[in-house]
Amino acid sequence: MLVTALILLPVVAALIIALLPLPREMSAGLAFLAALMEVGLWIVTATRFDFDESGLQLGTTEEWVESLGISYSVGFYGFSLWLAGVTVIVSAAAIGYALWVGRDRPRAYHALMLFLTGAVVATFAAQDLLLFYVSFEAMLIPLYVLVGVWGGARRIAATLTFVVYTMAGSLLMLASVVAFGVTQGTFSLLESGTSDNVWIFLGFAVAFAVKAPLFPFHGWLPLAYREAPPEVAAVLSAIVSKTAVYGFLVIVLPKFPEPVDDFTGVTLVLAGAGLVYGSLLAFRAPDLRGIVAYSSLAQMGLITLGLFALNDLGLDGAVLLSVAHALISASMFLLVGMLERRCGSGDLEVLGGMARGRPVLATVLLVAGMVALAVPGSVTFAGEFLIMAGVYEEGWGYAAIVALGIVLAAMYVLRLISAVLHVRPGTAVRDEALDLRLGELALVLPLVACLIALSAWPALVSQSSFPGDRPARVISEGFK
Amino acid sequence: MIDTPKVDWLALSPVLALLGASGIALLAAVLVPTWLRKTVSAVAVFAGFVVAAVFAGIVFDETPQPEVLLSESMIRDQLGAVAQLILGITGAVVVFAAWSERRRGHDAEYYALLAAAGAGMMFFVQAENLMTLFLGLEWFSLCLYILVAIDTDRATSLEAGLKYVIVGGFGSAVLLFGSALVFGATGELGFSQIAEAAAGDEAFLVAGLAMIIAGLAFKVSAAPFHMWTPDVYQGAPTSVTAFMSAATKTAALVVTLRVLVTAFPDESEIWTIAVAVIACVSLAWGNLAALAQQDVKRILAFSSVSHAGFMLIAVAAASERGTEALLYYLVPYSAMSVGAFAIVAARERELAAPLTLEGLAGLGWERPFYGAALWVFMLGMAGFPLTGGFFGKLFIFSAAYEAGDWWLVLVGVAATALSLAYYLNIVRWLYMRSGAELRLAPAGGSPSRELALGVAVTAAVVVTIGSFFAAQPILDLASDAASSLPF
Repeated sequence: MLVTALILLPVVAALIIALLPLPREMSAGLAFLAALMEVGLWIVTATRFDFDESGLQLGTTEEWVESLGISYSVGFYGFSLWLAGVTVIVSAAAIGYALWVGRDRPRAYHALMLFLTGAVVATFAAQDLLLFYVSFEAMLIPLYVLVGVWGGARRIAATLTFVVYTMAGSLLMLASVVAFGVTQGTFSLLESGTSDNVWIFLGFAVAFAVKAPLFPFHGWLPLAYREAPPEVAAVLSAIVSKTAVYGFLVIVLPKFPEPVDDFTGVTLVLAGAGLVYGSLLAFRAPDLRGIVAYSSLAQMGLITLGLFALNDLGLDGAVLLSVAHALISASMFLLVGMLERRCGSGDLEVLGGMARGRPVLATVLLVAGMVALAVPGSVTFAGEFLIMAGVYEEGWGYAAIVALGIVLAAMYVLRLISAVLHVRPGTAVRDEALDLRLGELALVLPLVACLIALSAWPALVSQSSFPGDRPARVISEGFK
Repeated sequence: MIDTPKVDWLALSPVLALLGASGIALLAAVLVPTWLRKTVSAVAVFAGFVVAAVFAGIVFDETPQPEVLLSESMIRDQLGAVAQLILGITGAVVVFAAWSERRRGHDAEYYALLAAAGAGMMFFVQAENLMTLFLGLEWFSLCLYILVAIDTDRATSLEAGLKYVIVGGFGSAVLLFGSALVFGATGELGFSQIAEAAAGDEAFLVAGLAMIIAGLAFKVSAAPFHMWTPDVYQGAPTSVTAFMSAATKTAALVVTLRVLVTAFPDESEIWTIAVAVIACVSLAWGNLAALAQQDVKRILAFSSVSHAGFMLIAVAAASERGTEALLYYLVPYSAMSVGAFAIVAARERELAAPLTLEGLAGLGWERPFYGAALWVFMLGMAGFPLTGGFFGKLFIFSAAYEAGDWWLVLVGVAATALSLAYYLNIVRWLYMRSGAELRLAPAGGSPSRELALGVAVTAAVVVTIGSFFAAQPILDLASDAASSLPF
């Protein structure tokens, strides 16, 4: 029931906010309150979660469409609990940011944000293929409007490419869902067996590759991440992209062992290419959003390398890095939003010299950046190291690519930091551009604090992600 | 002594209830004073649809096995009862949606014809022989011809009526000729007798079958027999369009399925392919043509062609699963199209002009309820989750996949992808363009509060979303109904 409550709380809050004709600040405040309650509810859930127990936990199953074997079935594994955790934290920060900047039409805006949160949590909890598809698609409904209405100048083009790409992927997945469910006689992920049908596998894999996004399915990424409001971009890159990781973990890897085996090489090469290509693009990007957006592409490639290494180290590292990347990319996008508000532009050319007189901003950006570039001792370093060790078993070349990725990450993050904080003061940086205000700090600081805590104790996530801490075996046995 | 056939009054009760309501409304047109005329006839017809739906429910409950009635000309079974239930509820909602329409006179006649058309459709879905089938078809078609042209002060309405008469008459003639060929080949009119006698002249039988499919496809508005659809949907009074898009399709699809399955089981290899091809053509043509339209009613008309394609995939599956899927799909589809046309009607009245995409600009913010409702309907038609449209597509795809038609699943998926372009385009105009871009000024002042229309739209939203969460109960009804066909 706890998991159901975790899904329903934001959705119900969204309905209340949409229907109650409250004044502007009240609706936004109510939304933030609901988001904080959701975080509290997640903490309660985490305390009830028994990390020593094997198998699904806090599960609920209700029949939905019996004749086709569709059920409402939710529950958490360790990794889904952590992914849901970053979801609620990131969306609370995003909703708080929207409250802080006072988004237009707050009732609609916040209702959509909360609905999105509920849909993402439902995706991470889904143990039924159809429920998974439903929540996966439901995320798109608010995102379409959030980017299209509140986005930047080229928002219409951004929504269009985003929707065309993701729907093309999802509809292929729908065909796969139908084919898989009908052949298996059930849509339940807990009961269904494995399949060796390559076409069904490809339907799922491509859908997740688009959502992540993975090279070469990332065509929608630059526009969407640039044109979305910063907090929506944060949600997109931090948590929506992780639904693809979850899809790989509970559907693609355990249900299609043979096709996965056949396609491991291709996937690893593409993921490696994505890592290098994304990092290079991030290094060459002319604006803040571009750097963060392309670094997301690179990091998703890295996570995929870990997933498809299909061994204990790689899988643990992929989950750890997913959690870490969610927190980093959310804090980076929020910081970018704050910078853009101050300077009216995110172009690196017109920024610079902001460290002088703005110590808080400089410190927060530097700390977040250090974690992002995987400085040894940080949680990202732990995750990337695990992944590197994991793919080494698949071939030393992949490990070398990961190492290259880490070096490139240092290059693009340091370029961002120096372009904003150091060099000579940019033309867009006026003296009136203040340091981080207390409200803004209160939004970013919890994210950074989570990162530092995880840096101190990465094993909190990496050792509790899979039942019995034996990821590869759990996946090969299909979570049974 | 001549033996009179035993009449099963219960089986006829839905039809009779609506005929009674139609009669009352017609009398009201003459006897009731002008100011009260519209109210009396609307209430009578609303009650007629509700009572018919209730009777259909009773028939459904009390008919575990199909029974043939009236010298084997009609059938009383759960399939017909479910179709009548959908028709009755649709009609009742349309009465609400039509209430705010202002027309010069003819109010009572309008409602009388609506009820008569409903009665014809309810008769049609109970047909068990080619004569009653033709009778039912002509019965409701004649009513619709007049309804389409009832706004005699609008040239477009008259033009639409004329087009509909000519094309519809042609379709009926094709159907009748096909029936004659089948009769010639088998010497039988009753569906099950045709199935038994079907060993006759193959060429005649197949030609007749093809013409029957074509004749029914006119009513389903499946491509390439849909040519009348956009013009008629655009020109007809919007409430009539709503009724036609939901009810005509329901009746025609159920009857198509019934005729093909009960009368031509041995030819199923031929007609499943024919229906599948028509389905694919409808999906392609409907979606591609909708992309190019500016007028919202025309977009919805082409979208209804593509929905006909979807539902024909279920018919082509020729299985119990397919029948369930078809009946399920009809529920949210009827709700969505009645709801969408109702909102179009409201906006048309506000602008006092035909509704183009541009006319939707800013509607989502100015009229939050209508905007959100239209958003829900568009998402539902596109097959997004959280609406019944999603399960409709899912059930149809799984029926097709089980029947071995995996390629139809892929065609359906591709068509859905195409359709997103225009459904989401409508959402874009609703929310992402400001009212300032609108070149038309609203007709005058703020629009009147249209309570009846609000009720209709609310009902449609409830059914659209409710059928997603409560899919199983609807599917149970559908599967009972499916068992009355001989698979």
